[in-house]
Amino acid sequence: MSDLDAAAPWSPQQSVADLLRQRREQIAQRWADLPLFRSVFTVTRDEAVEAAQSVADALVVVAASGRVDDIEASGFDSVRTQIGRMSAARSRAGLSVGRVAGEVAALKDAVVELLTAELAGAPVEHQHAAVLYAAELLSTLRLVAMQTMFNEGQELINRQRQQLMEVATPVIKLWHGVVAVPLIGTLDSARSQVVMENLLDAIVAQQARVAILDVTGVATVDTLVAQHLLKTVASARLMGAECIITGIRPAIAQTIVQLGIDLSDVATRSTLADALGYALDQGGLQVRRTDGRTVSAGESR
Amino acid sequence: MTTGPTAAALRLQIRSDTDLSLVRQQVRAKAQEAGFGLVQQTKVVTAASELARNTLVHGGGGEMELAEVAQGGTRGLRLSFIDSGPGMADVDQALTDGYTSGNGLGLGLGGARRLVQDFQIDTRPGAGTTVTITAWAQSLGSAVHR
Ligand SMILES: Nc1ncnc2c1ncn2[C@@H]1O[C@H](COP(=O)(O)OP(=O)(O)OP(=O)(O)O)[C@@H](O)[C@H]1O
Ligand SMILES: [Mg+2]
Repeated sequence: MSDLDAAAPWSPQQSVADLLRQRREQIAQRWADLPLFRSVFTVTRDEAVEAAQSVADALVVVAASGRVDDIEASGFDSVRTQIGRMSAARSRAGLSVGRVAGEVAALKDAVVELLTAELAGAPVEHQHAAVLYAAELLSTLRLVAMQTMFNEGQELINRQRQQLMEVATPVIKLWHGVVAVPLIGTLDSARSQVVMENLLDAIVAQQARVAILDVTGVATVDTLVAQHLLKTVASARLMGAECIITGIRPAIAQTIVQLGIDLSDVATRSTLADALGYALDQGGLQVRRTDGRTVSAGESR
Repeated sequence: MTTGPTAAALRLQIRSDTDLSLVRQQVRAKAQEAGFGLVQQTKVVTAASELARNTLVHGGGGEMELAEVAQGGTRGLRLSFIDSGPGMADVDQALTDGYTSGNGLGLGLGGARRLVQDFQIDTRPGAGTTVTITAWAQSLGSAVHR
């Protein structure tokens, strides 16, 4: 013992790394029974043990590197995906991020118990230092798990935002050759891009002659929104469709004029119905009452 | 002219597109609270949207300060858009319709000025930009329409 001490002075770093390496099997067996592993690797217990072993292996690397307080320590890389998979499964099971983090932190118990037993005869300061070191290692693992969960949450939000963008901009076929997009909410650059692409696709697919952009649901038309609208109109034109903007409310009309935006080149109609009437008219179609009475002014153009 | 803030100023940061939405929402809410009609509301929100985007795009981000003001019996909003970006060397040029250093329409700054009753720019090259506008619930007799 004293020989070894002389060769390499005792360090909590070495002591914890050794324990994790030498007791890898026991630790993995105990971890495999915890809900964090058991509820994720449900097919066979071996699978859970294997997963627990690889987490233990990663911890050996981090412990030996001395960077136990560093969530970026390279040793953690090998388990990030796995920890992410397990935490994701646990949060799908309805656990909050905090609860999952708690489950990760609970991995500490097995390590500390084995460590205490191992160091039973060692100086008290060594025992304390080693337990502290192991505790720090496991709390950093907990942070790694939390970071993974938050990143996944962020990715989910981004995915949903993307989906929302697509569902929120449907292109509607109003008649043969007549399509419409009811624009709703904020028309930022990203959404405008989606609108434009969807509209152009629909124009091609449906061989549309008339495309109607209805802005009734757009709260603010500023220069950026106007620029997007103008670009969309211009590209629709290039595809051979006439583009009509409808639903510009009076307050917005006044604002657009004061901003100095020139919409004189763009066909506008006050309502979607008006634009449809116009489009039908252009297509040589007419709306007729079936009871022979004349169509009132409000019903036709 | 006795225009004093009637309530504590509100500050909103302008660092992302999401912040621009928040600016519009807040300005709309405060304008409604102050009794702005629909047209006046739309104008001040649009002006705020332009100036906040300039703060973000040209000024590299900054913040908006919003204060309620009153003059006589009329309520209004005073909004300042503050950045510590590159500033502007030639304000007249920046205000010219159609002038843009990027690829916008070049209408935001001049348009915002036309949409509100009072408009001031404080800027120097390298020293950032502060644009302060005041809009009133009703168009006042003294309203300037440029
Ligand atoms: N906060 C600012 N800091 C620095 N330069 C600015 C700022 N605001 C405006 N500018 C300059 O003034 C120019 C004109 O601004 P303006 O808002 O009128 O047009 P734009 O932002 O380029 O386009 P848009 O019509 O979409 O607003 C800008 O291109 C920019 O060079
Ligand atoms: Mg601008």
